[in-house]
Amino acid sequence: MMSGLRGVTKRIKAIKFALLSPDEIRRMSATKIITADTYDDDGFPIDMGLMDSHLGVIEPGLRCKTCGGKVDDCPGHFGHIDLAMPVIHVGHVKELKKLLQATCRRCGRLLLTKQQAEEFRVEMEAMEETGGGDADFQVVTKETAREATKRQRCPHCGEEQQKITLDKPTTFRENGHKLTPKEVRERLERIPNEDLRVLGFNPDVARPEWMILTALLVPPVTVRPSITLESGDRSEDDLTHKLVDVLRINQRLRENRDAGAPQLIVEDLWELLQYHVTTYFDNQTSGIPPARHRSGRPLKTLVQRLKGKEGRFRSNLSGKRVNFSARTVISPDPVLSINEVGVPVEAARELTVPIHVQSYNHDIVKEWVKRGPTPAAPVGEFYIPGVNYVIRSDGRRIRVTDKNAEAVSETVEIGYVVERQLVDGDIVLFNRQPSLHRMSMMAHEVRVMPHKTFRFNLAVCPPYNADFDGDEMNLHVLQSEEARAEARVLMRVQEHILSPRFGGPVIGGIHDHITGAFLLTYKDAKFSKEETAYILSKIGIRDLPPPGVKKGGLEYWTGKQVFSMILPKDLSLTFKSSIAPKGEHSLRELREEDALVVIKNGEVSSGTIDENAVGAFKGKILDKIARDYGPDAAREFIDKATKLAIGAIMVRGFTTGIDDEDIPEEAKKQIADVLKKAVADVEALVEAYKRGELEQMPGRSLEETLEVDAMKTLGRARDTAGQIAGKHLGMENSAVIMARSGARGSMLNLSQMAGSIGQQAVRGERLSRGYWNRTLPHFRKGDLGAEAKGFVRSSYKSGLHPTEYFFHAMGGREGLVDTAVRTSRSGYMQRRLINALEDLKVKEDGTVRNTADTIIQFRFGEDGVDPSRSVQGKPVDVDDILQEILGEEPSWQERLKEQDMASYGLTEKDMAPEISDEEVEVEEEEPTTEE
Amino acid sequence: MSRAATVEALRKRGVAKKTAEALADAGFTLEKLVSSNPARLKKFIPEKDAVRVLQKVTAAPAEKPAAKPAKKPARARAKPKASAEGVPAEKEAAPEVPQKAPNVSKGEQEIYDGLKEVGRYLPRSLVTELAAKMHGIKVGRKKLLEVITRVSDRYESHRIDPNESAGIVSAQSIGEPGTQMTMRTFHYAGVAEMNVTLGLPRLIEIVDARRVPSTPIMEIHIKEGARDLDKIRRIAQEIEMTNLEDIADIETDLVNMQVLVFPDDHRMKARGVAYAELEERLRRSATPKELKRSVGTSAKSVKGFVVEAGEPSFKKLQRILEQMKTTRIKGLDGIRRAIIRRRGERYVIYTEGSNLAKVLELPYADPSQTSTNSIQEIYDVLGVEAARNAIIKEANDTLQEQGLTVDIRHIMLVSDMMTNDGDVKAIGRHGISGRKSSVLARAAFEITAHHLLHAAITGEVDSLDGVAENVIVGQPVTLGTGAVNLVYRPPQVEK
Repeated sequence: MMSGLRGVTKRIKAIKFALLSPDEIRRMSATKIITADTYDDDGFPIDMGLMDSHLGVIEPGLRCKTCGGKVDDCPGHFGHIDLAMPVIHVGHVKELKKLLQATCRRCGRLLLTKQQAEEFRVEMEAMEETGGGDADFQVVTKETAREATKRQRCPHCGEEQQKITLDKPTTFRENGHKLTPKEVRERLERIPNEDLRVLGFNPDVARPEWMILTALLVPPVTVRPSITLESGDRSEDDLTHKLVDVLRINQRLRENRDAGAPQLIVEDLWELLQYHVTTYFDNQTSGIPPARHRSGRPLKTLVQRLKGKEGRFRSNLSGKRVNFSARTVISPDPVLSINEVGVPVEAARELTVPIHVQSYNHDIVKEWVKRGPTPAAPVGEFYIPGVNYVIRSDGRRIRVTDKNAEAVSETVEIGYVVERQLVDGDIVLFNRQPSLHRMSMMAHEVRVMPHKTFRFNLAVCPPYNADFDGDEMNLHVLQSEEARAEARVLMRVQEHILSPRFGGPVIGGIHDHITGAFLLTYKDAKFSKEETAYILSKIGIRDLPPPGVKKGGLEYWTGKQVFSMILPKDLSLTFKSSIAPKGEHSLRELREEDALVVIKNGEVSSGTIDENAVGAFKGKILDKIARDYGPDAAREFIDKATKLAIGAIMVRGFTTGIDDEDIPEEAKKQIADVLKKAVADVEALVEAYKRGELEQMPGRSLEETLEVDAMKTLGRARDTAGQIAGKHLGMENSAVIMARSGARGSMLNLSQMAGSIGQQAVRGERLSRGYWNRTLPHFRKGDLGAEAKGFVRSSYKSGLHPTEYFFHAMGGREGLVDTAVRTSRSGYMQRRLINALEDLKVKEDGTVRNTADTIIQFRFGEDGVDPSRSVQGKPVDVDDILQEILGEEPSWQERLKEQDMASYGLTEKDMAPEISDEEVEVEEEEPTTEE
Repeated sequence: MSRAATVEALRKRGVAKKTAEALADAGFTLEKLVSSNPARLKKFIPEKDAVRVLQKVTAAPAEKPAAKPAKKPARARAKPKASAEGVPAEKEAAPEVPQKAPNVSKGEQEIYDGLKEVGRYLPRSLVTELAAKMHGIKVGRKKLLEVITRVSDRYESHRIDPNESAGIVSAQSIGEPGTQMTMRTFHYAGVAEMNVTLGLPRLIEIVDARRVPSTPIMEIHIKEGARDLDKIRRIAQEIEMTNLEDIADIETDLVNMQVLVFPDDHRMKARGVAYAELEERLRRSATPKELKRSVGTSAKSVKGFVVEAGEPSFKKLQRILEQMKTTRIKGLDGIRRAIIRRRGERYVIYTEGSNLAKVLELPYADPSQTSTNSIQEIYDVLGVEAARNAIIKEANDTLQEQGLTVDIRHIMLVSDMMTNDGDVKAIGRHGISGRKSSVLARAAFEITAHHLLHAAITGEVDSLDGVAENVIVGQPVTLGTGAVNLVYRPPQVEK
């Protein structure tokens, strides 16, 4: 296979579609099929039966009688059935109706005057010139046909026209009088070619009378293979079953007709034949019952084979099964680089890379083959690759076993291909479904490892959207040098750090990486000599820098100092940390919180490194390094930053538990008071409503006003409760550290645990359904109070009352339903988007065009900038360049001072408030359950 | 162009008022007149006049060399729409083609000069940004050129590569966040009274190019007196659609085969409908009458209207009842509710329901700021280019509201694809996907059998240019590295 396809330069230029004429069918037919039987008693195919060996072979050992090929060589050949009477092709009835209506019943001419026909012809030609699509032509031809149908009398022969109707699915009637397919065919034969062109037909490839079948093409047996069951019984394909039906009826019809049977019987049989041929093409034709298998299952005939998600097109042609792939559970490995993937030995031994034997590698390849498929690793190593197959120059595959390895290795010559097992450093594709964007499939370098899971760095979870609760992923081994080169250059993980969606990093620290970075750098975290050495050992630094702090005769290294060691030496950057409080704050306030990160010349002089620095999606440092220092530097930075963070978290230790939500008795009382008051307030609102004293909101009914007010009051109460709880949860609290630094969870989650869960909602409203006029039988009918309509006063920590628990489940259920509906809807939207845009590409001149060479955009995105290279959507980071060139200019310095910015690197862009508010909001929607 | 505007424009050109009105009544606009001939006009006005009118009309453009209405009326009509003004230039001889980009400022000119000097190119947006940032900073010419060179260097390196599969990347970038979006409808930003479709359903609605959005909403700005709450209230009342059933009780009188209408004073006042106005409206169908009406036990005489069924048919009576209920008394079609909100110093009217064409006709509406979320309506009223911008805005706002950042270039590409051939096409089998040139690509998407059968009849040829087709036949696709060939010529070995 390898050598056969090498250097293929031929390309299929075009595929032409056409109707088959009866002549053509007979000409391409290998044999005529006349008997409905398939196999004889000995199990051999019957001649001129549906399994005739002229049609190809499906059993190994037999040879095709047409081409002489064996199973894999013979592609199969068509046969044909001569139909006793013509029948209509269901797929074309609409066109047939159009033709019959638009042409004269006697002379067959189009029912338009010469001039009219000419007009339409000119219109079509004009359209061809201006490059009209198929859809545009259809519009014109439809119009032509409609115009012609209107005419009552033929302008050519003067014949009065009759009304033609279609009785679905396949019966034509003229003034209620039935037209036989034979009559229809005769009429169609009379239509001259030039008239057909105006009607959108191409008579060179499709004469209309060919849509009335006189011969039926029988597909090769390879298309409809029969299966032999264990019991030895044969089970035929659905198509074969259908063809048997056609043959039987065809036979009976012919006999009856030839014997001069009554017209009624012939017609009945004719109709039956029509039914079978119809269902042979499409077994879901409306208006007739689908043909069924003996078991009652509807048969899967031609149209069913092609269409839909499981049809030929979508499941076999647009997507194909591949070899050299593997799938298993994934698990994390923080030691691997982001570019790597850990592959289990078992998988590595099955997956192979073809190696072409050349003079330069002849000896070493021979050596590999000699090892056989399961070589024992030498001392000190744990795995060495073996060889599974040797492919000779003539294409023969030889399986290498432990026994024949020695012998096979001697036969290896230049020109052979040897399938070598995976080794460290091989490039493979790694993928997790659903593959929603290009980062769902990236190239990794192999690291063969013990145990049975694929492993990769946690920083690569976000682009795959992977976690380790049982997720499985796929791996594909590339088989050609060209593919490997492309994968390495274009698909490697490090090339995808910046997302084309928004021009920011999608690969970066998550969860513990963030917590670790926080512990490492928050305020003046410092580490003893041992601790520092331990942390730095993770990134392979042997020599300690001079200590940053000396205290009590002991030497300490600050975390910021440690982190600075992995930054490029000329990096300058200023931005707000994730721990910065929401809203506008002065720089001084931020400094007090250590929330203003200032990096000058690769030194972190202040600020906490957290999600906004190294996190996926938000990491500012990551973004800057990836853009300005290239993917290699970015990969190195991510590898080191995550390892440092893990080092720090291991030194400091980190845990969270239910006691993180402990708040003092007094705070609990305060919260209880707030909630009690809120409930009372709602009660007051309800009273006011009942008395009719509630002030109506403009454009809202009284009921709606009450609901809105109640929601508002209760929402506020929850927030207040959260704030009270939050006051007692400081930065020394692990849960708070996680929430504030952006590692996991939010302050909202915490306030729900410590304070109050709050109002439960379905469809954005308070709960109302269930029993008649009440949610649960625990409440009075018509109770509109807080508790009766889904307000959960308790916190997760205190536990929920039974009614509260039930309400909470109601809210949670909505979230689950929502997720389920959303995935299918957005999946279909994406499929449509992809289908509509897949052919667009940027040409050399910068225009975006489709395959018809229509210009869609003169310049991509109006400025021709690649979003993945853009700076948060902007084409160029002007501030940066100005700072770089004008850094020392007095007027520039002035500008910076004016804008209350620090002395370096700090620009407007960096000070822009984060979008995180919305994201917290989104978090709330998500149910807390994780799969 | 409205009738009045046409008349006025013709009068300006010295056409007699009577003639002008006759023409306007016949449905002519200036543009149609220009491309018309005397024979057609003859039907409406005396032939002598017709020739004269035509001369006058066609002569007009000569005075205004900028506009060429005769050549491209369709284009000219589409042009003003995308501009910020968005006002159909009514009173002028021909719509002036507005300049879409603002004039080049002094700072920008300086940068353009610099670019010329170093022989580089920058897009306008970047020039504008650079000019703004450089404003007030005194630097030497040399430094300026250095900045420009560096910026254009950086710009060059950020350019998209040729043969990049821009379409797929854009489609993925919009589709991928779809899974993270919510499905519920929410309250419109700042207007608690109104619900609006947001999130995934809204995005789907946009790419589907639905005729009417599920929650049409307009934002109407007022030209003058936007700070005057009373004035705004009056306007809001005026545009809010009021049906008869909103202000009156409608009953059937089965004995006399009549429909009785009892106007409700309170509701009429709330809706700002005067009795005279109501009478005027109903004059054609109903007759005003003093009626006896029983309220509870007592009967009193009230002012009301009577509609006779004419024939003893209950069916007809019922039909009249329904008809009367939905009789529009005042307001604009489709505007179901108008709500006033304060936006800074000014008041803005938000409406449930949308009718852009009618709202823009209001003399006090500020067409440069008034907008609707119905893309189809924007297309109908303002043209494709405006529709293209509307799609970008709506899609971008929807994503932004969900806290998802998607580069605007991706949305632009989708929007440009949808509006590429002059009208708004949906993303899907009825729109773009159904009009692909490749049979295989269409068959692989949806309604497989139909496309294959039809292809056979018309003898279609699939030239295998696209992605789907090449995947199907098993060839490299024509994007990215598949679009280029590398030829390696080994060095000639000397003998």
